[in-house]
Amino acid sequence: MSQGHSNSNSTEKGQSRAKKYGMVIDLDKCTGCGSCMVACMQENNVPFKEDETDKLLSLTWMRIYKLSNKKSFPDADICYLPRPCMHCEGHGGHSPCVSVCPATATDYSLETGVVSQIYTRCFGCRYCMGACPYHARYFNWWDPVWPKGMEKSLSPNVSVRMRGIVEKCSFCYHRRQLALEKAHLEGRRELAEDEYQTSCTQACPAGAITFGDLFNPEHAVTKIAQPDHHLAGRPQNPDCFRLLEELGTNPKVYYMTTRKWVRKLGDHYFGKKEGKRAAAH
Amino acid sequence: MFPFNFEWIWDMSHIVFMGGLWYALTILGIGMTYCIIKAALDTFQGKGGGHHH
Amino acid sequence: MDSALIPKGVKRCPVPQFGLWLGVWTVILLWGVYALLLIWFKGLNQTNMNDSYGFALWIWADLAVIALGGGAFFTGLCKYIFGKDELKHIINYAVLLGFICYSSAQLILAIDVGQPLRAWFIFWHANVHSMLTEVAFCLSCYFGVLTIEYIPLILENRQLDKIPFVHNLTHNMHEIMAVFAATGAFLSFFHQGSLGGVAGVLFGRPFAFREHIFIWPWTFFLFTWSAAAFGPSFTLLCTKMIEWITGKKLVKQSAIELLAKISGWMMITYAIAKTADTAYWASQVNIADFYTNNPGSNYGYWILFTEIVVCGFVPALMLITPTIRKNPVLLTVAIILACIGVSINRWVMVLQVMAVPIIPFEGFAAYFPSWQEIATTILPVAYGVILVSLSYRYLPVFPDEAELNPIEDEEAAPAVEAAVEDEDSGDDAGVEPLPAEA
Repeated sequence: MSQGHSNSNSTEKGQSRAKKYGMVIDLDKCTGCGSCMVACMQENNVPFKEDETDKLLSLTWMRIYKLSNKKSFPDADICYLPRPCMHCEGHGGHSPCVSVCPATATDYSLETGVVSQIYTRCFGCRYCMGACPYHARYFNWWDPVWPKGMEKSLSPNVSVRMRGIVEKCSFCYHRRQLALEKAHLEGRRELAEDEYQTSCTQACPAGAITFGDLFNPEHAVTKIAQPDHHLAGRPQNPDCFRLLEELGTNPKVYYMTTRKWVRKLGDHYFGKKEGKRAAAH
Repeated sequence: MFPFNFEWIWDMSHIVFMGGLWYALTILGIGMTYCIIKAALDTFQGKGGGHHH
Repeated sequence: MDSALIPKGVKRCPVPQFGLWLGVWTVILLWGVYALLLIWFKGLNQTNMNDSYGFALWIWADLAVIALGGGAFFTGLCKYIFGKDELKHIINYAVLLGFICYSSAQLILAIDVGQPLRAWFIFWHANVHSMLTEVAFCLSCYFGVLTIEYIPLILENRQLDKIPFVHNLTHNMHEIMAVFAATGAFLSFFHQGSLGGVAGVLFGRPFAFREHIFIWPWTFFLFTWSAAAFGPSFTLLCTKMIEWITGKKLVKQSAIELLAKISGWMMITYAIAKTADTAYWASQVNIADFYTNNPGSNYGYWILFTEIVVCGFVPALMLITPTIRKNPVLLTVAIILACIGVSINRWVMVLQVMAVPIIPFEGFAAYFPSWQEIATTILPVAYGVILVSLSYRYLPVFPDEAELNPIEDEEAAPAVEAAVEDEDSGDDAGVEPLPAEA
């Protein structure tokens, strides 16, 4: 199943052609307020603990990093970088995490570009976490416990997860399913751009996050990032970059900034020859 | 693991991987079955009663 | 008390002494079982693992124990397929150690997964593209092979062997053991390799990633090769330990030297291959980021030097030098270094490659295992000691023991063995036995 559906013309729920959902995050607009993180947790029933001091044990599908250029006044500058799951495509759907899952509990959809996670299938080997260079995958070290009364505010559209399994950002995939159902009832096959948006996109007060179909030239994400699909989706907009571009993970989350030092921090340049590895994948 | 599992695809990966697996399991199964049946036959023929050591 | 179960012609310590020995290890075992139950009932929050260390002490223990247990398949391969008949003097023990190593690995894996009750998904919903799937299948199947190889040894117990059917079954299994050994070697090649592939395929982890031959990364072959090279050294080390503890010469010197020589030559070829792999890898990535440029980490070039030179080339050269491997002390030094070397390699390929941050603005996260992790890692050691002790006492693990340690009064041996052993063990304890041919 994971590698089998490579036919981009195949249809799903009346969709006429393959989508490639992606995101552009304007780092110059992001204020680091954390609204996206809160919205994500609420939307997706992400559990939290009383003590969240150890961030390596926290579940944050969307996580904001604080970047600094490490210079002193007057050159000091900081940047906040929200990091959801990158929904890497790798080469032809060979994303780092999907191919390693021994129980087929995670899948790359060539119809949507979404890396899904089947919570009831995952048995918690954590190999996918080791494979993901972005630390976008989280392990449920505990069973979720909700403060009294809060369980009433849980979303019925997203299953809660038990301890011992891995979870991650799904690009709010349930929202797409709901939108498709609505469209189906109205006799439509295509979704409008604003019909399927992630909760973080809608929650961002600065409008820093843009979400849409990277295959659709009319969508804002495509206009901003200008992905070159012949070069594994590399952005043609000189202000745009992707995290760890040279690894060849082919992520679908683009970042945009006019600040060079931020763009430079987007990759570690482990390889001495930049882009060499990316070309191999 | 079986063709009736929904993940199963009749592609080269599955044929090679699962082919190797079932091949190895078959050898082990046949080997043990042979040993047990032959041991039973030998016992009926009165072998193994004496002390060979 | 249990003299009827003890193999003929050999001496064993009295029951109370044996009971005390077992008792000590049982206490350690129970400590591990307690930790295991805590983890199974409360979950992996009992560990110090976190989202940066999804793979930690246990995975290392798994990889190390499987590499060290590689002595079983490789000794079997050399004996049954390559016709090195001399190894018949040590093959039983190699199989027993392999059985312990592989059952331990499976136990650790059963603790390590977040949802142990779903562990069968790895078989049922198998993703054949995952290295871990290959590991799970081959490891389980090979454990079956080891069980098949261990069963005849159990059935050769003096009392069981009296049953005609059992005697015939043992005989028949020995007759076709080469078939089982060949299957075991086939399965071992793939799971040892896949364990190397686990890290080697991670193209999101540039320090783990290696170039591929067909679908297999270099690490696939390096892991198989190193298990075949270093595993026999572990078999030899355990032989030295049991000889030291019992105060007896148990394996013929010729077999020890042959296995040491094989291990040494495998090791030197591996060390050269590993050096070539490291050199190529260093040309592809900035290795300073792996060793030194990580504030808060203790990793440095010392670990690379220790792994490849001190615990790779040095023991290899020692073992291929006849005069050194004939010297019991130097031989022991070499095999200890070898066992450390392969364990360091597994540590680097799991712990270090996972710990080194890949995102430029993330730092190095430190990790120290919780007592529950340590206890459950020591558990297999206690289990192994207990199983070796029981097997040694009641089964003919060392076919040449009686010949190498003749009992003066042959007729009365089984009846008086307990009393004799009591005196002997006191005198001999801690004395390195002289080589039989010396």
